[in-house]
Amino acid sequence: MRPAQRYDHAGCATAGILHKGGQLINGEAIIEAIATMRERGNGLGGGFVGYGIYPEMKDYYALHIMYDREDYRQPVERYLERALLLIRSERIPTRPTPGVGLAPVFWRYFGTIPPNEPRPAGESDDDYMVRVVMRINLEFEGAYVVSSGKNMGVFKGVGYPEDIGRFFRLEEYSAYLWIAHARFPTNSPAWWGGAHPFSLLQWSVVHNGELSSYGINKRYVEQFGYRCTLLTDTEVFVYLLDLFLRRQKLPWEIIPIILAPPFWDQIYRTDSAQRRALLTAIRQVYGAGLANGPFSIIIGHPRGFIGLTDRIKLRPLIAARHGEMAYLASEESAIRAICPSPDEIWEPLAGTPVDERLFEEVVL
Amino acid sequence: MELHAHHLHYREVNQWLRRCSQDGIHHVTLHGIRGQRYIGTGLNNSLRIHIHGTAGNDLGAFMNGGEIIVYGNAQDGVGNTMNAGRIIIHGHAGDVVAHSMRGGTIYVRDDVGYRAGIHMKAWGDNPPLVIIGGTARDFLGEYMAGGTLIVLGLHDPSAPLVGSYVGTGMHGGVIYLRGTIAPYQYGKEAGLQPLTPDDWEYLQRTLAPFCEEFGFDLEAVLDHTFCKLVPLSRRPYGRLYEGAVGAVSNHS
Amino acid sequence: MKNFLPSDFLVHIGPECILCGRCVRECSFGVLEQKEGRIIAHHARCVACQRCVVFCPRSAIAILPHPSTSRHNAYWTPEQRRALLRQAQTGAILLAGAGNDQPYLSIWDHLLLDASQVTNPSIDPLREPMELVTFIGRKPDHLEIVPDENGELRLATELPPQLKLDTPIIFGAMSLGAVNLRVHKILAEAARRAGTYFNCGEGGLHEELYPYGQNTIVQVASGRFGVHQRYLDAAAAIEIKIGQGAKPGIGGHLAGEKVTEEIARTRMIPPGTDAISPAPHHDIYSIEDLAQLIYALKEATNYSKPVGVKIAAVHHVAAIATGAARAGADFLTIDGFRGGTGAAPLVIRNHVGLPLEIALAAVDDRLREEGIRHQVSIIASGGIRSSADVIKAIALGADAVSICTAALIALGCTLCQACYTGRCAWGLTTQDPELIKRLDIDEGVERVQNLLRAWTLEIKEVMGALGINAIESLRGNRERLRSIGLDVHTQEVLGVRPAGM
Repeated sequence: MRPAQRYDHAGCATAGILHKGGQLINGEAIIEAIATMRERGNGLGGGFVGYGIYPEMKDYYALHIMYDREDYRQPVERYLERALLLIRSERIPTRPTPGVGLAPVFWRYFGTIPPNEPRPAGESDDDYMVRVVMRINLEFEGAYVVSSGKNMGVFKGVGYPEDIGRFFRLEEYSAYLWIAHARFPTNSPAWWGGAHPFSLLQWSVVHNGELSSYGINKRYVEQFGYRCTLLTDTEVFVYLLDLFLRRQKLPWEIIPIILAPPFWDQIYRTDSAQRRALLTAIRQVYGAGLANGPFSIIIGHPRGFIGLTDRIKLRPLIAARHGEMAYLASEESAIRAICPSPDEIWEPLAGTPVDERLFEEVVL
Repeated sequence: MELHAHHLHYREVNQWLRRCSQDGIHHVTLHGIRGQRYIGTGLNNSLRIHIHGTAGNDLGAFMNGGEIIVYGNAQDGVGNTMNAGRIIIHGHAGDVVAHSMRGGTIYVRDDVGYRAGIHMKAWGDNPPLVIIGGTARDFLGEYMAGGTLIVLGLHDPSAPLVGSYVGTGMHGGVIYLRGTIAPYQYGKEAGLQPLTPDDWEYLQRTLAPFCEEFGFDLEAVLDHTFCKLVPLSRRPYGRLYEGAVGAVSNHS
Repeated sequence: MKNFLPSDFLVHIGPECILCGRCVRECSFGVLEQKEGRIIAHHARCVACQRCVVFCPRSAIAILPHPSTSRHNAYWTPEQRRALLRQAQTGAILLAGAGNDQPYLSIWDHLLLDASQVTNPSIDPLREPMELVTFIGRKPDHLEIVPDENGELRLATELPPQLKLDTPIIFGAMSLGAVNLRVHKILAEAARRAGTYFNCGEGGLHEELYPYGQNTIVQVASGRFGVHQRYLDAAAAIEIKIGQGAKPGIGGHLAGEKVTEEIARTRMIPPGTDAISPAPHHDIYSIEDLAQLIYALKEATNYSKPVGVKIAAVHHVAAIATGAARAGADFLTIDGFRGGTGAAPLVIRNHVGLPLEIALAAVDDRLREEGIRHQVSIIASGGIRSSADVIKAIALGADAVSICTAALIALGCTLCQACYTGRCAWGLTTQDPELIKRLDIDEGVERVQNLLRAWTLEIKEVMGALGINAIESLRGNRERLRSIGLDVHTQEVLGVRPAGM
C-alpha cells in the first residue's frame, strides 16, 4: 500500500553495466555487482532496469504495473483495453524468495496507441503514453506504473536487491544495459513503489542521495502536467528528463548542465563567450531544474547510460571501462566484483557526466 | 598469517585481525579484498596489514598505531579521524581521505578524490602527514587546522594538480603543492607563499621515505617548482558574528 | 476648540540632566524647551521618535507611555477613541505614516524553516560555494540549443534583458519627496556596492543619481513625475506602479510645502505646487491598457531593459498578477499590506489589502497553474523585517524581495509614523535642510551596506543548513517550510504543511 502522503528519504547504492556493442548480458551479472554493496542498503528496497529484454516485442510499449492487491487490477485493465491496443497481457513471473515478504501483484502489458483514438493536434504517441501513465498513477487506487518504455522494463520491490532479482527471476532475462539500486530508506514503509529505478517511457533513473531541491523541482515539472505520485524525490528526475529531452528536445549534453550546473565563478572564468552565454542562459532559465543536495545518479536510456554526481560531490560514483563494456557503481568493489581488472577505472569529476553509449552502428 | 577474504563479511575480517593481534602476530596479509569496510579500524598496536584488492570505505578509521599497506585502490574515507600509525596505498583513494586526521601518516601513490585532508588538525607531538603522489580534487584541506598535506602530481602532467576551494577556511597547518595554483583555486583564508630553505629541507626529509616506498626518484620529484599554502589567520571569522567573544565591534 | 486629546507619551527627564540643551536642539517636533534652569516637555507633541533619548549625552531621557489612563475598554480602545476625537476636532481624513501597525497575524512568524540532518548534509556556507545570484526578467519557456559549425553547442534563443542581483534583496520604491536626496544617494551607493538595485520611486530621478542608472529601477506611476526619455534610458529596469501595499487603490499627494526647488526640478513641476498622483493611471482602465503601457515603455527603450509591474496585495491579486504577466510584464512586484508609506489615510493603511505571505503564495500558485511561473520574476515587498523573512518569502515563491522600511530603520527611523508631518527628526522623510543634515551619507551607506552584508551572510547560513547551495533551489521550495499555529485554510493557501507532517 502507498503510505500516507509524505515523501521519503533514502541512502543507497547504484550500479550499471552496458555492453556498447549491444550484446545481451544475463541478469546474474548486475545482481552480483549490486550485492557487493549490501552494506549501503538496508533490505527495504532493491530494483533493476534492463534495456533490450523484450526484443520480440520491441515495437510495443511495455507497461509494468504494480497492483497492491489483485482486485485493483480489473479497473485498470478495463481502462487499458480502451486506452491502448493491447497485444499481450501477462503476469510477470516471480518466485517465492526468502527475504522478500508479502509482495504486490505485477503484470505487464504490451501495446500500441489505438489508431482512431481522438487526440489533441500534434500529440505524439509518447505524449499519449505519458497521459495514460499519469492517469493510472493518479486516478486508479492501488495501481502504479513501474515502467512504460519499449524493449525495457523495471523490476523492483522491498528487499535486498539480490533477493528482489531472484524474486523476479532476472536470470531469465538478458539486456545490453542493466542498472540496479539498493535502497536505505530512512523511514521504512514497506512500499514497493518507492524502490528504484523510477522510469517513464524510455528513461530510467537510480539515485543515491536526497534532493534538497525536491520541493521546487516537483512544482516545476507540475507546470508541465507531470504529477509526482510515488512519494520519493527520485521520481522527479524522470519527469525532468522527459520534459527536457523529449518535449523540449534539448541535446543530451545539456541535461547534466541543468541538473548540476557549473558554479557562477566557473562560468565567469569560461573563456569562450559562446559557452559562457550558453551556461548563463541555462542557469537563468532552468534554475528550477537544478538538482540540489547530495546525489549520484545513473540515467538509463535506450542508447546507454549517464552517470552524474552533484556539484560538490557529496555522493560517490566510480566509472570503468573494459573492452566493449562500461561500468558505473557507487563503489569500486562493485565493479571489480564483475570485472576484476578493468582497462580503466576512474572517479568522475563532480557534476561532470560519464556518458557511455552504444556504438553508433548498433541497431536495436 | 594470510587470509583469503573474498567472500567474508567485514566483521569476520576484522575479528580475524583482532585475533592475530592478540596472538602477537606482527604481519598479516589479506587476499581478495573486495570493498570490505573498516579494515584496521581502531587498530591500536604494531600490527602490519597487507591488503590485496580494493579496500572498502573507512579504511583505518580511528587508527591508533600499526600499519596498513594496500596493493590496489582504496575507496572513500581512508584514515577517518586517524590518530597514529601509517596507511600506504599503492593505488588511488576515494573521497574524504584523512577526514579530521589528528596524527599519523597516509601515503597515496596515485590520485585522491574530493575533500582530502578536510579538517585535519594537529594535536600533541604527532602531527598528521598526508602525501598524495597524484592529484587531488576540490576542497583539499578545507578548514584545515593543523598537520601537513603534500600533493605531488607525479603521474599525468596534463591533469590539474588540485581542484578549487583548496584550503578554504584554513586556520592551521600547511599545504605543499608541487606546481602552482591559480588564485581562484584557493580560499581567501589561505595565503600562497614561496618555499623557504627550511621548507626544502623539510620536504627532502619527508618525501624520502615516500619515494622509497613507491620507487620514485626523490631528486626528480624535488627538481620542480613548489608552493605552499598557509593560513592567513588562526581566526578567519572574527567579523562574522556580532557580539561574540573577540568579535569586532562596530559601535563607536 | 478645546483639545480633548490626551497625550500619548510622557517625556521623563532624569536627575542626570546637565542642562546641555542638546535634546532641545534635536527635537524637531517642538516638544522640549529650556527655561528657567530646567527642561520643560510639551508631552502632547511628542511622537516618541527617540531622537532626544539617543542623543542625550547623559542618557537622562526616557519616553514613557503616558501613565494617565481611562477606564479599560477592550472594544473602545484608546486608539479608537483618539482617532475619533481627532476627527471630531478637524473633520478631516486621518493620515498615517509607515506601514500597517495593527495586530493582524504576522504569518512569517508562523512559518518554520527546515534543516538537513544526515540524509542530505548541511553545507558549510563559509567554505563551500553558496550562490545567491538572482536574475530578474522574463525567461523563455525553454531554450533552443544547437551545434554550431564546429559541433560546439550554441544558444539559439535570445534571452530578454535581465537584472543581475548578487543578493536577492533590492531597495524598494521611495520617491524623492517622500524621502530626501540623501536617502536616495545612500540607497543608490549601497546598491551599487552590494551588486543590487535601488528603486527611485515615482518622484523622478535626481540629476546627481543618473550615474547610478545601472543600479536603478525607475518607476512610472500615475503622476508620471519626472518621466522622460533620459530617465527611461538611464535606468536598468522600469517599474510601472499600479498600487502600493500601504494604500491600495488610492493615489498620492505630496504637499506643495515639500515641493522644494530640487524636488520640483526632479519631478518636472513648478516648486510649491501639490504633486498629485492620481488613483488610477488615466491611460490604464483595463488589462489591455496595461499591456499598451508596458509595450510603450519597451518600445521607448528598444526592449533593452525589463519592464515590471508593481501591484498592491488585494483580494484578487493572483488574477491581477497573472494578467500583468500575460500583458508582458517581465517582473511583478507584489506589495503586501505591511508595506510603508510617507502618508496614507489611516483607514486605508489599516484596513485595505492582504498580507504579503498570502498574496505571494497565491500569485506563485496561480502562475504555476497557468504554466507561466518560470517565465516571469516575482519581487516580494512590504514589511520584510529580517533575513528570515527574506528566506521565507523566497521559499514561498519570490525571486527576490525589496526592502524600504528596513533600510530606513537602519538609518535611524524609529517608526514614529510621523513621516507625513515633514518633521522627521532623523532627517529621512523631511525636506528641511537643517534636518537633512542629520543624515550623514557616508555613515548611512555603511549602515545599509552592513545590513545587506549581515542578511546575505544569514541567508547563506540558512541555505547551508538546508543543504542548498544555489538560491534557485530554495525559490518556491515550500517543501522546506512548515507552519505552526496557522489554520487549515491559511495553510492551504500557503501550500505549506503543518509542523510534524
